[in-house]
Amino acid sequence: MERLQNNYLFPEISACEFEHKRKFPNEKIISLGIGDTTEPIPEVITLAMSDFTRALSTPEGYRGYGAEQGNKALRKAIAEIYYRDMPVQDTEVFVSDGSQCDISRLQLLLGRDVTIAVQDPSFPAYIDSSVIIGQAGDFQGETGKYENIEYMKCGPQNDFFPDLPNTSRTDIICFCSPNNPTGQAASRKQLQKLVEFARKNGSIIVFDTAYAAYISDDSPRSIYEIPGAREVAIEVSSFSKIAGFTGIRLGWTVVPDELRFSNGFPVIHDFNRIVCTCFNGASSIAQAGGLACLSSQGVKAMLSLVDYYKENAKILIDAFDLLGLKIYGGVNAPYLWLHFPGRKSWDVFNEILEKTHIITVPGIGFGPGGEEFIRIATFGHRASVLEASKRLKCLFAKMSFASHA
Amino acid sequence: MISGHCTDVPRNANIATLRDGYLFPEISKLELEHTRKYPQEKLIRLGIGDTTEPIPGIITSAMAEHVHALSTVEGYRGYGAEQGNMELREAIAQTYYKDLGIKGSQIFISDGAQSDISRIQMLMGSEVTMAVQDPSFPAYIDTGVIIGQGGKFMGETGKYENIVYMSCRPENNFFPNLGDTPRTDVIFFCSPNNPTGSAASREQLEQLVEFARRNGSIIVYDSAYAAYITDGSPKSIFEIPGAREVAIEVSSFSKFAGFTGIRLGWTVVPAELLYSNGFPVAKDFNRVICTCFNGASSIAQAGGLACLSAEGYTALNAVIDFYKENAKIILDTFAWLGFKVYGGKNAPYIWVQFPGLRSWDVVAEILEKAHIITVPGSGFGPGGEEFIRISAFGRKECILEASRRLKALFRCNASA
Repeated sequence: MERLQNNYLFPEISACEFEHKRKFPNEKIISLGIGDTTEPIPEVITLAMSDFTRALSTPEGYRGYGAEQGNKALRKAIAEIYYRDMPVQDTEVFVSDGSQCDISRLQLLLGRDVTIAVQDPSFPAYIDSSVIIGQAGDFQGETGKYENIEYMKCGPQNDFFPDLPNTSRTDIICFCSPNNPTGQAASRKQLQKLVEFARKNGSIIVFDTAYAAYISDDSPRSIYEIPGAREVAIEVSSFSKIAGFTGIRLGWTVVPDELRFSNGFPVIHDFNRIVCTCFNGASSIAQAGGLACLSSQGVKAMLSLVDYYKENAKILIDAFDLLGLKIYGGVNAPYLWLHFPGRKSWDVFNEILEKTHIITVPGIGFGPGGEEFIRIATFGHRASVLEASKRLKCLFAKMSFASHA
Repeated sequence: MISGHCTDVPRNANIATLRDGYLFPEISKLELEHTRKYPQEKLIRLGIGDTTEPIPGIITSAMAEHVHALSTVEGYRGYGAEQGNMELREAIAQTYYKDLGIKGSQIFISDGAQSDISRIQMLMGSEVTMAVQDPSFPAYIDTGVIIGQGGKFMGETGKYENIVYMSCRPENNFFPNLGDTPRTDVIFFCSPNNPTGSAASREQLEQLVEFARRNGSIIVYDSAYAAYITDGSPKSIFEIPGAREVAIEVSSFSKFAGFTGIRLGWTVVPAELLYSNGFPVAKDFNRVICTCFNGASSIAQAGGLACLSAEGYTALNAVIDFYKENAKIILDTFAWLGFKVYGGKNAPYIWVQFPGLRSWDVVAEILEKAHIITVPGSGFGPGGEEFIRISAFGRKECILEASRRLKALFRCNASA
């Protein structure tokens, strides 16, 4: 614990927001910082949850402990909807209370003696949980990196895909696509390279697909679309950003039967042990909601939510058009990744906050590879996003974005 | 001969030392096999401590309303605070810790004790030493082993070499001989106890707190069954002066409100609890919560708040009384049969001794001949051998039927 630097990123952003509200109580602060969903959950989903809830007050409808791996029907539905042609068995799907918890449970599974690689920048939970479990070694102030973690730089210069030939072997490779924070979705070719790299090195990929539903092109939505991935990858996903379940807490992890440790022991066996010992299942009410999400009506309803946030992204991208701003992401993910060459990201964050009263996230919070970048989340009520796009357009128009030689 | 690709990732050696599966899924498997073998027999489940009675309407209504509101612009809620809804934290402080110096800000809402125990282990890390009661709820040992505190498993003793097992048996009134107990960094203590049903007295807990103070240890006190206490035993470790500087308390809505499937609990980390270098434990626990967790379900929390309203609390106490009556029926049954029987008065578990017998054999016999599932005491540690645990959750007719069957089974072989 002592090795962790600062607090976890997102509570820090919350604290900034809080501080700013106090300073400027009359300003309308717009939050495009923490990626929190804002739109109501479609009724087809909430009705199922409230029916289930009310039934808990009846002898026939009361349910106690559920299976730790999750409700069988829900596991089947996840396998059916998301992994139909891949194929993934329902028995390989473990329902969770969200990716953040699953990432830590995976760390408990893997233990302190494994080595880990992360994208740089990346969602902070991979690094922070790795530090907590004891994999990371000491923090090095000069580089801003933990000594035992392999950072795979992902930036405009390499098309946001790691330079694998120059990446050291690690036991575990954390890979998020579509990416938080860069918004980049890896192509089929890139993921083939990743799977090949993992196979050759005997590594395990932990593939985070929380944003797969936001993909607009034909980028793969699951690592298992790549042949051979079942023997090298675990996949983690979530209902948070597709169904507005950020507060309800529901996700899943896939551990294929073929995935084995070096001694041949199936990883799924140990993950199951972790889930049974360190967890007691996702809330039954959340799971009832998940099942409704995966009904044909529910899938349509989730798509409309995702489309709403994608439209937000488009509005922001269009607003910044012709300003000379280097914008990445926003097409396959609900995040825009803006480049401010030569500037420190906390400085840009503060300037945006002071001048437009908009909360964003400084790129450095996602790793040293995030310096010079700002992440803008595209969740928000339409009116707020339109207002934000106006304010930001104004501010960015005043900034100089002349490209460097 | 394994065909196909193996990674070069080493299996976690700690997990490799775990014996068998976790206890309760093993009991589930037993149930499943038995129902397959005897599809016509009515299996009575007094094994896994799963609540059975419906949740009072005032609580489910509150949750249903919260759910409905999520479909409206004004009522939609996204991420909650990782530490939990402040209103709920305050309500817990008011209900359970009034006058004990525990504020809402020291309470962390969770998705249940089992998850919190693991998060506490992640907080503590692999370098600390731990002591558990023997027998005890298996999650303390198993999570300790997973994080790396256990060392090797020793087949002859049935113990992990680095864990201190504090025997709790009838001979010592189910309270450890602290005088003979080596110092450890962390002491897990569950009262009322799962599986023995014993609630520690004020005097005993004063000894425990004194022991922890003297040794500079941290007590992780599990009070999940406090609502079942009938004899005035302390319901919280913080009733003991000085406990705020030595103890973390973990509790749960599972057995209090029937929330076993809904998932809600809490952990108290007092501001006064400090590491050896003076750093507040609460700060690090907060960091673990923010990093390894993302809050309990908002719906469960809405339910929790309703549980702690005056009406909700009264309604839940009626359900607990129901389970307490069940416990009495089972307790009386075994007492009538002449068994050495413990628990059942301050907890929904009855702990029955079968001197000289192996607990898995007793479980198998009761299952085979009376079609009742129980839990072998050895599943809770070597100190549980010769005992079986019977849970008092169940519909009244099941409990009465179980009592009849047990009387029929044991009347002939009643022990002295």
